[in-house]
Amino acid sequence: MEKINFDQLQEELYHEKLENGLDVFILPKKGFNKTYATFTTKYGSIDNHFLPPGKEEFVKVPDGIAHFLEHKLFEKEDGDVFQQFSKQGASANAFTSFTRTAYLFSSTSNVEMNLETLIDFVQDPYFTEKTVEKEKGIIGQEITMYDDNPDWRLYFGLIENMFKNHPVKIDIAGTIESISHITKDMLYECYETFYHPSNMLLFIVGPVDPNQIMSQVRDNQSKKDYKEIPEIKRQFEEEPSESAKKKKVLEMNVQTSKCLVGIKSSTANQSGKEMLKNELSLNVLLDIFFGKSSEHYSSLYSEGLIDDTFSFDYTQEQGFGFAMVGGDTNDPDRLAEALQKMLLDAREKGAISQETLNRTKKKKIGAFLRAVNSPEYIANQFTRYAFNEMDLFDVVPTLESITLEDVEKAAGNLISEERFTVCQVVPKK
Amino acid sequence: MAIISESVKAMNGYNLHVVKTEKYKTNTLVWKMKAPLKKNTVTLRSLLPHVLQSSSSSYPSTGKLRAYLDELYGATLFVDLAKKGEYHVITISVEIANEKFLSDPTPLLKKAFQFLAEILTKPNVHEGAFDEDTVEKEKRTLIQRIQSVYDDKMRYSNFRLVQEMCKEEPYALHVHGEKEDVDNITPQSLYEYYQQALAEDELDLYVIGDVEEADAETYAGELLTFEKRTPQTAPASSVRTKDSVNEVREEQDVKQGKLNIGYRTNVVYGDPEYYALQVFNGIFGGFSHSKLFLNVREKASLAYYVASRLESHKGLMMVMSGIDNSNYDQAVSIIKEQLDAMKNGDFTEQEMEQTKAVIKNQLLETVDTARGIVEVLYHNVVSGKEITLQTWMNEMDKVTKEEIAAIAKKVSMDTVYFLTGKEAGK
Repeated sequence: MEKINFDQLQEELYHEKLENGLDVFILPKKGFNKTYATFTTKYGSIDNHFLPPGKEEFVKVPDGIAHFLEHKLFEKEDGDVFQQFSKQGASANAFTSFTRTAYLFSSTSNVEMNLETLIDFVQDPYFTEKTVEKEKGIIGQEITMYDDNPDWRLYFGLIENMFKNHPVKIDIAGTIESISHITKDMLYECYETFYHPSNMLLFIVGPVDPNQIMSQVRDNQSKKDYKEIPEIKRQFEEEPSESAKKKKVLEMNVQTSKCLVGIKSSTANQSGKEMLKNELSLNVLLDIFFGKSSEHYSSLYSEGLIDDTFSFDYTQEQGFGFAMVGGDTNDPDRLAEALQKMLLDAREKGAISQETLNRTKKKKIGAFLRAVNSPEYIANQFTRYAFNEMDLFDVVPTLESITLEDVEKAAGNLISEERFTVCQVVPKK
Repeated sequence: MAIISESVKAMNGYNLHVVKTEKYKTNTLVWKMKAPLKKNTVTLRSLLPHVLQSSSSSYPSTGKLRAYLDELYGATLFVDLAKKGEYHVITISVEIANEKFLSDPTPLLKKAFQFLAEILTKPNVHEGAFDEDTVEKEKRTLIQRIQSVYDDKMRYSNFRLVQEMCKEEPYALHVHGEKEDVDNITPQSLYEYYQQALAEDELDLYVIGDVEEADAETYAGELLTFEKRTPQTAPASSVRTKDSVNEVREEQDVKQGKLNIGYRTNVVYGDPEYYALQVFNGIFGGFSHSKLFLNVREKASLAYYVASRLESHKGLMMVMSGIDNSNYDQAVSIIKEQLDAMKNGDFTEQEMEQTKAVIKNQLLETVDTARGIVEVLYHNVVSGKEITLQTWMNEMDKVTKEEIAAIAKKVSMDTVYFLTGKEAGK
């Protein structure tokens, strides 16, 4: 087990890669009541075209299957795992994103027992035709709930506009039609491909003894027989660099319109330190131009084009990335136009002053300190970073190292009119 | 050792609560202003904190004010409104980095106090009125904030249930106020209300972090001084027992029906029966091991979400679920059966113990965040009680099966609200 010290943050992180390939990280947090643990596979909604172990041919699986599998792992022959966690005083949950599926619990007592439950339930699938059919009703209601949610429709509408082929454009839960094709055999095939320990990461944060926890996990894993599997092969179609669609307007049962402007990333092949610097530089860039202290924010707010739902974000994973800016508005067309012009201007030389950059870096450093108060943030983000070969604890030093040139370069790479797109939600006539 | 070590000190016009803990990398100041919920002040109160946070006399524009916060390592300023029973509570919080985790050792805590004092006591005012531009902008945003409830159907249906159920009570007012009252607010009238609120509201300041009590007291004493007052109390929540259940059905263009059911518990935080009520709610619908989740979702496959929660200071319980429009009768009857089961004591010792363990876990987790600590402690301000978290958990442990069944019998269904799609019944 290795120990990594972060002196400035006054944190220590323990790590071991077990024989079966599982990465285990432990971050002791004194003074906290709760222990939070996540067990995550690098498998999300985009992994729908892959080579199952021992097979010759690639398979394509129905939209929404990773999320469906997440639901079904909780059900066992003798009942559901939520019950077991709550008997042990824990609360459990799970989520599926574009690139990850995470299972988690938090508890303030019986930590060892809960950890054992977490690892064992994820590593012991039990799927039957009957339980798969039953789940279709439940997930159907989850899908319908999102269908009525204008913010969700706006967000996915924007992503759908950007990508022509990449499966990031598929809704994570799929559709009622697509999940109707899911069978127990498909679930097993996905499970066997993506839930091998070598594709997974276990993170434990809380008032724990790292030696004891690590030896517990080691013992648990040594009792299970995992054969080595070849590297996972995923397939993605070629994706053009420009946005697939320039604009989409969704009419919905709302009173206030919404508008997002998106930019498809051109640097989605990055990983590691290069990706970290690019991602942080772009988040700094967006904050400089659209943060609450920016001139743009003030002028858009004064003109009544935005309100306090206004937000912006840049996100990148291996294979895709995008920026988005916008929110609720009285005039979605004027807002779209204003934001696109502001983004194009942000690319110009001399658009950013050194003083603004320094101030924004300070802000981002403070925001990171605030974020690491949260065990959830640490576990989830650490995992995300690790799957992209980045280190969460490099964030502050990387922010400190960012120069004006870095931000200008990142802006130059990102901002290009052909990669822009607009999505709006407007009241139904 | 106490789970939360809170020291409370009476200052000029407010109470200072200090919770010293080393577990955070930031320090948090939370300012609370509480007054009875009333139709003629609810909209003013909703607007006020948003005007205060958008500019001040030293930082006369949002840009300047926010740039200053950025300089302070991204200190956050956040305002919020809540209904606690028949009270309307304004919250203004400032969170700032603890410099011991930064490479730059300039002390920051006092600056956070100075900033909070600036926002509260040195507003952007000319000749007895708030800055007109600021007020106009924030009025516009407030209208959008009120309107946005309509667009989020889960929030909307909950709001509509409360509106129908508490028709004659102040609690029916929306937390962000009334759209038609926004227009009448002027920079003068808002400034007058600001002075009134600072003079009459019950005020509390919470300081959470690696902070010396003496320092907090010195900074607060120097920077924040108000007149002494006897805060107004809201009339006790009226107990309404209807002869029959009120059923409300509303049609809209939605794909999923939203079923929201309101019950009167007639038990509030601080009552001896509150602990049993909390365990009751946990067995009935509070968690993913509860009867509602098991029967409506896992057994009948009718819903993705179905849960119950308590309005602790008002004596209500709310059940909410998203279902297919055609499954209304089945869902309502399963929910009724679960409450009957509770009344008949049809639940095991194990369900009870499990629920107590999960509630305890939830309370302990809540106080792992600075915000959570304040929320737990503020229950005592609202209710006028002094219940420590330890007492809360001990009392809950003692709750018996009989007490839970007795509470279940007191819980009465008041209003069933259903937001349904247009094709319903076809």
